[in-house]
Amino acid sequence: MTASPRRRLRLQGDERAALAFLSPWLIGLVAFLLIPLVWGIYISLTDEQIVKVGEFVGIANYEEILTDDALFRQALGVTLRWIVLTTPLFMITGLALALLLNQRLPGMFVFRTILFVPSVLSGVAVAVLWVVLLNGDLGAVNQILRSVGIADPPSWLRDPDWALPAVAVMGLWGIGGSAIIWLAGLQNIPPHLYEAAAIDGAGEWGKFRAITIPLLSATMFFVLINLLVDALLIFAPVFIASGGTQTGGPNNSLLFLMYYIYRKALIEGDLAYGAALAWILTVIGAVIVWLAFRFERRVYYQAGSDG
Amino acid sequence: MSGEISTPLERSPSRTTAVERPLRPRLGQWVRAAVVYGLLLVLSAFILLPIGWMVTAALKPDTAIIFTFPPEFFPTEFFNWSTFSDAFFDEDEPYARYVANTTFLILVNMTFAVISNSLIAYAFARLQFRGRDRLFAVVIATMLLPAPILLIPQFLLFFQIGWYNTYLPLTIPTLAGNAFFIFLLRQYMRTIPRELDEAARIDGAGHWTIYRRVILPLTAPALTVVAVFTFLGVWNDFFGPLLYLADGDLYTVPVALATQVSRVGTEWNKLMAANLIAIVPPLVIYFVAQKQLIGGIASVGLKG
Repeated sequence: MTASPRRRLRLQGDERAALAFLSPWLIGLVAFLLIPLVWGIYISLTDEQIVKVGEFVGIANYEEILTDDALFRQALGVTLRWIVLTTPLFMITGLALALLLNQRLPGMFVFRTILFVPSVLSGVAVAVLWVVLLNGDLGAVNQILRSVGIADPPSWLRDPDWALPAVAVMGLWGIGGSAIIWLAGLQNIPPHLYEAAAIDGAGEWGKFRAITIPLLSATMFFVLINLLVDALLIFAPVFIASGGTQTGGPNNSLLFLMYYIYRKALIEGDLAYGAALAWILTVIGAVIVWLAFRFERRVYYQAGSDG
Repeated sequence: MSGEISTPLERSPSRTTAVERPLRPRLGQWVRAAVVYGLLLVLSAFILLPIGWMVTAALKPDTAIIFTFPPEFFPTEFFNWSTFSDAFFDEDEPYARYVANTTFLILVNMTFAVISNSLIAYAFARLQFRGRDRLFAVVIATMLLPAPILLIPQFLLFFQIGWYNTYLPLTIPTLAGNAFFIFLLRQYMRTIPRELDEAARIDGAGHWTIYRRVILPLTAPALTVVAVFTFLGVWNDFFGPLLYLADGDLYTVPVALATQVSRVGTEWNKLMAANLIAIVPPLVIYFVAQKQLIGGIASVGLKG
């Protein structure tokens, strides 16, 4: 009875070495991942605070979030509005920039270097710079807008209606990051396809539609998933833009879900509520990614039948 | 990478085709090039002018007006370099200290990341053991795990074992490896010919020796990618230090910046100087290691 499992557990060949080489990862997996994962579920079912050990309360936190939390609805709305506003914008501008950089002209290397610069900088530094540039009264952006005849430009991060677009401007500044990924996808397209299409008499637009778009579908999906994940995790711009007031922007107009978790759990100290919020954020993320997968399959098949 | 991505200008049509083709397509090409360059110049200005404004503001003395009209995007009048030394050695917010703190974290994390990720990748690339592929699938699966659900329990864990307000939560987890780095290094190690291992084994080398003397040196290009990404990741990390560091003396550069910008009555020239301090190291790394960085990002895009 006991012999067979023991034999199965006996280490053979490389297995002793494997255990040694993998030990940092295995220990980390248990200590920093599996235990917190399970513990996080438990915490979300208690009323744990930073200042007090929690007691089991069942699904009370989840119930409150989903039925009786105006700020959660606000945060969900902000995050979804951001996704709707910026995903098409960032996808199109990123691809357009990559198409420009993919032109066979001398000096593209220099432009590529310049346009990628914001992507290596810290989110905090970029946000600090743009908070100053977008200052309503004195900032360079509004001075330029006034000088071209817009007498009353918005006060951006201080205006509930313009705060989200202001953060989108920061995002556009770093669009070179996704352009690089698009560019890698473009350069993976075999040139002979374009040559063949040209012989068949295809114009620029025809080549773009029949070759570029279908062959970019994997890249497109990757960029899309990245943008969606970024949208769920966006934090530094909100922190900087709300200027230490820790409110989430004017009228909570920048209260992204991630920021709301931070605010609940670590500013207000309600760890259990924050843990429950994190699980809800994760479910929302999973649903959004699942939708993206379905969307991708459709695009992929359509593209497949076209070309 | 530079040679691969940009290709030289297409050769002009040869003489025989020039007779058949009228001048028009060539004119069209010129127009097209002009449009492409024009757009790229505008976009480059969009990137560079804000940085220029920041430099201009940082170089102004306390007495000068920061928000001039029209905005100044290039320093012409003031070159007050002492704003930077003021920021470095400020009594309340000494950026020299924050830079030193962040550099310390970078060095520790780089060392940890290079050692542990290469060890883990070696096991997946070279060792035969039961459940290897399943375990590797677990590595990949951890990449998909969203950070927020681990955030609060990890915070509580580190808090309860007394790691709060120390650098331990910002360094020790690096030892557990990073799924992307493990993947990258494993792929790279698999391209190293196995004959080299065999030769070492015949000479009596064990796995530790093969790892250290054969695989590690040959993995240097991929390890550089790990080092570069770790540098940028740690230098730019905001959330971790914000969460775990309470004591101002322990602050890293991004946390110090966030504190400074939120203070009422911030001196803008000093803030912009501090911001430049935060921006210059990643820029230097970017220009030095552009090939590794772009190659790394592009490979994520292709394989992801």
